[in-house]
Parts: sequence; C-alpha cells; structure tokens
Amino acid sequence: MILNTITYTCIGIGCFFNLMAAIGLHRFPDPYTRLHAGTKCTTFGSILLIGAVVIQSISTWVAEGISSSQSILTLHALIALVAILLTNPTSSHAIGRAAHRSGVKPARAVVDDLEKEKP
Amino acid sequence: MWLPAAIFLAVCILIVLVRLFLGPTQPDRLVGLDTLNTIVVVTMVILGAAFEEVIYVDVGIVYALLSFVTTLFIAKYIEKGKF
Repeated sequence: MILNTITYTCIGIGCFFNLMAAIGLHRFPDPYTRLHAGTKCTTFGSILLIGAVVIQSISTWVAEGISSSQSILTLHALIALVAILLTNPTSSHAIGRAAHRSGVKPARAVVDDLEKEKP
Repeated sequence: MWLPAAIFLAVCILIVLVRLFLGPTQPDRLVGLDTLNTIVVVTMVILGAAFEEVIYVDVGIVYALLSFVTTLFIAKYIEKGKF
C-alpha cells in the first residue's frame, strides 16, 4: 500500500517536470536558457519516473520469489537510467559550446566572459 | 497506472516537436532534439513496465546511446560548419 503511494507520487512529480521542460522550451528566449530548461528538468523527471518503475518491479520481484522475470526489468531499467545520467550532461555541454562558437549570442546578456577567451 | 503516464509523456513529446519545427536558429533545434530524445527513452521504459515486455527497455537503452552520438556529431557540425 505504501509502495503504491510512493510510486504514484514519483510518477506525478516526474510527469510534472517533463511538462515543465516542454513548456520551458517555448517560454525562454535563447538557446542557452532553453538548454537550462530542456536538460535539467528532463534529467530529474527521468530519475523519478524510472525510479517508480524500479520500485514497482522490485516489489513484484520480492512477492514472486527469486526466479521472477521482473529481475530483468529492474536491472535493465537501472542500466537505462545510468545511460541517461551519463549522456545527458555531456551532450548539453557540447550543445552549449557549439552554440557559442557558432556565433549565437545570449539574449539580454550583460557580461559574456567566454567571448574574451576566444583564441 | 503506467499507460496514462505514457500518454502524458507523448503529449510532452508533441509540445517539444513544435519547438523542433519552429526553432529560429540551429542550436534551438538541437536543444529540442536533445530534450525529445530523453523523453522518448523514459517513454520506452514506461511502456516496458506497462506491457511487461523487457524488449522495450532494451530499445530504450540502445536509443539513448545512439542519440548521444548523434547529438555530439550535430554539435560538431554546427561548431565547425563541416564534419
């Protein structure tokens, strides 16, 4: 019973953060702030949603015994979470660097320290 | 309980697709593509839990790693102007 409550809470917060990422892509003015919305919010939402899947499948695994088919679902969901956690910050860093070097300026920026570092 | 969450994430994917088509500059479209890839991976894991099929989760893992390589290559293309 309490596991179901935790699972529903995780699903609700995860879906809310993914919706905030989708709306933030439309509300922010330039690629850097859109990167802020589109990467951090989806990473946090992914942690909670895949965590809900892992909690539910572990409870089924414990209920069905050691040779249940839920063990494969648990381990593969954890591997997918690790893949997201490794690749998402790296790709956002690459996008930010590529956007700055291709000449897109931040909207309404006052200080741009990376401009002085240009070789 | 999993299927409404998957439908909700599909609506989020449609909202992100609008930014992917509208984006005024190239980095805007790339940010939209990166966000869309993450939401698609989460949707595949949710669908795997909904239909009790592990193969969907495996598809999600492979999609995450391949979309990472794709994003890095497109970022390099935007940075230099050539591959």
